[in-house]
Amino acid sequence: MHLQVDSVSKRFGHGSSSKLVLDRISFDLHSGEFVALVGSSGSGKSTLMRLIAGLDQPSAGSIRIDGQPVRRPGPDRGMVFQKYSLYPWLTAAQNVAFGMALQGRPRAEIRERTAFFLEVVGLADAARRLPRELSGGMQQRVAIARALAADPRVLLLDEPFGALDIQIRETMQEFLHRLWSQTGLAALLITHDLEEALLLADRVHILAPSPGRIVRTVTVDHDRGAMGQLRVSPAFLALREELACCLRSLEPATGR
Amino acid sequence: MPRSDAARQASRCLNHPWTLGVAGVVLVLLLWALVSNSGVVDRLFLPTPQAVLKAGQDQWTSGMLVRDALASIQRVFLGFALSAGLALPIGIAMGSNAVICRLLEPLMGLVRYMPAPAFIPLLIIYFGLEELPKVLLIFIGTFFFNALMIMDAVKFVPHELVETARTLGGRQLAILVRVVAPYIAPQVLDTYRINMASAWNLVIVAELVAATEGLGKRISLAQRFLRTDEIFLGLIVIGMIGLLIDLGFRALMRRSCAWAN
Ligand SMILES: Nc1ncnc2c1ncn2[C@@H]1O[C@H](COP(=O)(O)OP(=O)(O)OP(=O)(O)O)[C@@H](O)[C@H]1O
Ligand SMILES: [Mg+2]
Repeated sequence: MHLQVDSVSKRFGHGSSSKLVLDRISFDLHSGEFVALVGSSGSGKSTLMRLIAGLDQPSAGSIRIDGQPVRRPGPDRGMVFQKYSLYPWLTAAQNVAFGMALQGRPRAEIRERTAFFLEVVGLADAARRLPRELSGGMQQRVAIARALAADPRVLLLDEPFGALDIQIRETMQEFLHRLWSQTGLAALLITHDLEEALLLADRVHILAPSPGRIVRTVTVDHDRGAMGQLRVSPAFLALREELACCLRSLEPATGR
Repeated sequence: MPRSDAARQASRCLNHPWTLGVAGVVLVLLLWALVSNSGVVDRLFLPTPQAVLKAGQDQWTSGMLVRDALASIQRVFLGFALSAGLALPIGIAMGSNAVICRLLEPLMGLVRYMPAPAFIPLLIIYFGLEELPKVLLIFIGTFFFNALMIMDAVKFVPHELVETARTLGGRQLAILVRVVAPYIAPQVLDTYRINMASAWNLVIVAELVAATEGLGKRISLAQRFLRTDEIFLGLIVIGMIGLLIDLGFRALMRRSCAWAN
């Protein structure tokens, strides 16, 4: 799998009231890679994710998967949304099965894969619970299981842990890292949390706001074996501080 | 400590959601019995509860009460089934397709404000005094509200839910059936419950104007013979059937849409 984002721009509106939200974004993502995009709120992160998912079309530039241009959403790109997006009338298991049922897979296979992916995200016990009976972290894990069960080639994660409190977020980051290293999927993570990006991704792109554009790319290669220790290791902290400075300098002077 | 036990039981009774409601009804009934029996008001204007009960017994034994009620209920169900059945696809189409919505919404918004009873003369000219004009009146009086309220429910289906289905490979029809329909189901039931009340009102209005049987017809006949006891009876029966329908819808909603409660 090879995802190519090639000088993609996005403009909302027409004429004088139009607004350029993304300005010539380019990057690549191959199978087995984990890439993160970091930017402040309003820098066009979700917009970019929607373009890659095929939910919206770029104004200029192209997005290709293995050379094929992306025109519409498809099950090859599994998406986990920023906001909770579980179907409230379906149980956790039915939510996981949802995509597979849409694809018309045989029942026995759906049942088997549902059980498997609930197990993967550690929610086998919660199979019969409704989303409102699950905590925020559990809900996002079900959403991830649902995306994985549809057998995507790349996992698109739009601030999947943005709504969680800090402790659960750390557990979820470790969970996501384990999941990624086990499955060997390609993952694209969008976040405003620099630490999260540096902990999880091989490559981190820094996005400047208004219009959203990539101003810096860092390749990260530290040992993620012990994530808890990595968080406080001097090299990690130094890199994080340096990039945080870079992000801060990008904020408009009038900003908060 | 039998005393505190009794007190606890009493307070549990008081906290039951129905206790106060029943108390309110009983209070009004008591007041009615007191005033009507005291002779302060002319019996002709305010019949006693006993007289109303007696009228009810008479109509029950003669079979008239059941016949009237069935006639009214049948009209309501025919008219409302037509309205609900058509409003569902049209409301969904308007809610999910901008072109259809822009085409129909102004029209429906306009017709909605024409009082349905004002259509009665026209309906009588077109269709005479049979069942059809009454059924159509109920249809006219509820269809536009049903359709517009269903349209709103569809418009407020969260984008994330629809887009998630699209990223999982769902096409339009599948999304309609698997995402939109279940999401709006509780609101649709509630819409039907609310508009059922106006259907029930309209059938009585239609029967007051022209009918051979029905609860409304009985009331207008009773007026001619100054039988206020029968008028009271008719009003009470109409109210009770309406309440039962409402409770039925609520029960259906609780059972079929447990996730939304
Ligand atoms: N459909 C749209 N029409 C017009 N403007 C839009 C639309 N979608 C997004 N925008 C604008 O694009 C900009 C970027 O929005 P986007 O949601 O991509 O930001 P984000 O980086 O995901 O922010 P956050 O971190 O808050 O999620 C915002 O200024 C927003 O107002
Ligand atoms: Mg966003």
